[in-house]
Amino acid sequence: MTLIDLANPTRFLALTARVLPWLAAATVLLLAIGLYQTALAPDDYQQGATVKIMFIHVPNAWLSMFVWGVMSIASLGTLVWRHPLADVAAKAAAPIGAAFTFLALLTGSLWGRPMWGTYWEWDARLTSVLILFLMYLGLMALWRAVDDPSRAARAAAVLTLVGALNLPIIKFSVDWWNTLHQPASVMRMGGSALDKSFLIPLLVMAIAFTLLFVTLHLAAMRNEILRRRVRSLQMMQASRVAFSSEMGATSRGQNASKEVGAA
Amino acid sequence: MIMSLGPYASFIVTSYAAAALVVAILIGWIALDYRNQTQRLRELEERGITRRSGRSAMDAS
Repeated sequence: MTLIDLANPTRFLALTARVLPWLAAATVLLLAIGLYQTALAPDDYQQGATVKIMFIHVPNAWLSMFVWGVMSIASLGTLVWRHPLADVAAKAAAPIGAAFTFLALLTGSLWGRPMWGTYWEWDARLTSVLILFLMYLGLMALWRAVDDPSRAARAAAVLTLVGALNLPIIKFSVDWWNTLHQPASVMRMGGSALDKSFLIPLLVMAIAFTLLFVTLHLAAMRNEILRRRVRSLQMMQASRVAFSSEMGATSRGQNASKEVGAA
Repeated sequence: MIMSLGPYASFIVTSYAAAALVVAILIGWIALDYRNQTQRLRELEERGITRRSGRSAMDAS
């Protein structure tokens, strides 16, 4: 099945019906393995057991940016290629991305209090991620504010692409500015600075959360396609009602004129 | 095996509990939304409102 085949929503629904149970099972399995490895991971020599927060904070932080990246590609699909499922993908991803970003902020805050002595600091990394979260909420509000999905899609696509400028700012904020947040320790030049006992559970959890996103995203896209079908059927129903009442009024008018003529 | 989480156990447990709660809310919201949409489609089709193709709106084949 090619990408062009998936442009057909009915084919896409058939694919999700086949794939979703397998994806859900793989997600549960990987999350279970990741949580088990997390429980077995040793304490850090400086941070103690609080290092365990890393295994959920980092995957959520990665996904907060990854989901916006997915939405940016989908926005290009809306504006450039006019792919029929592109805006469906973008709209369905926004609440999931917002949830991951919220979790990244919350778990980071809960990690920061014992390690930095504060829940929050207005430094570059934390502030840029907060802006990302607010942009997710703004996009969701925009989708709800405009009734016509195709008009909302174009406005949301432009906003998403403008918001993508925040992604490199988030990524490199720890290098460009002085910040409480530590610099990159997994994806960096010269390899990971993490010991394998931390790196392996972290990667397993990252893959598990990514699979969770894919599963939830496909399910939310399926819902969005069904919502649009409901909308088009309701419009069809409304136009039928309007047409039949118009026909009724016309025939009543003709009958009345016949009666006047007969009199 | 009892895991020792040290003096900051409440921060660790709250982090994992919050993640579990948010993921559960996401799953619940998506499942409820699916149920709502399929129910609305079924109601419309029962009233005789069908797609131009004549196929069921829930048709995925």
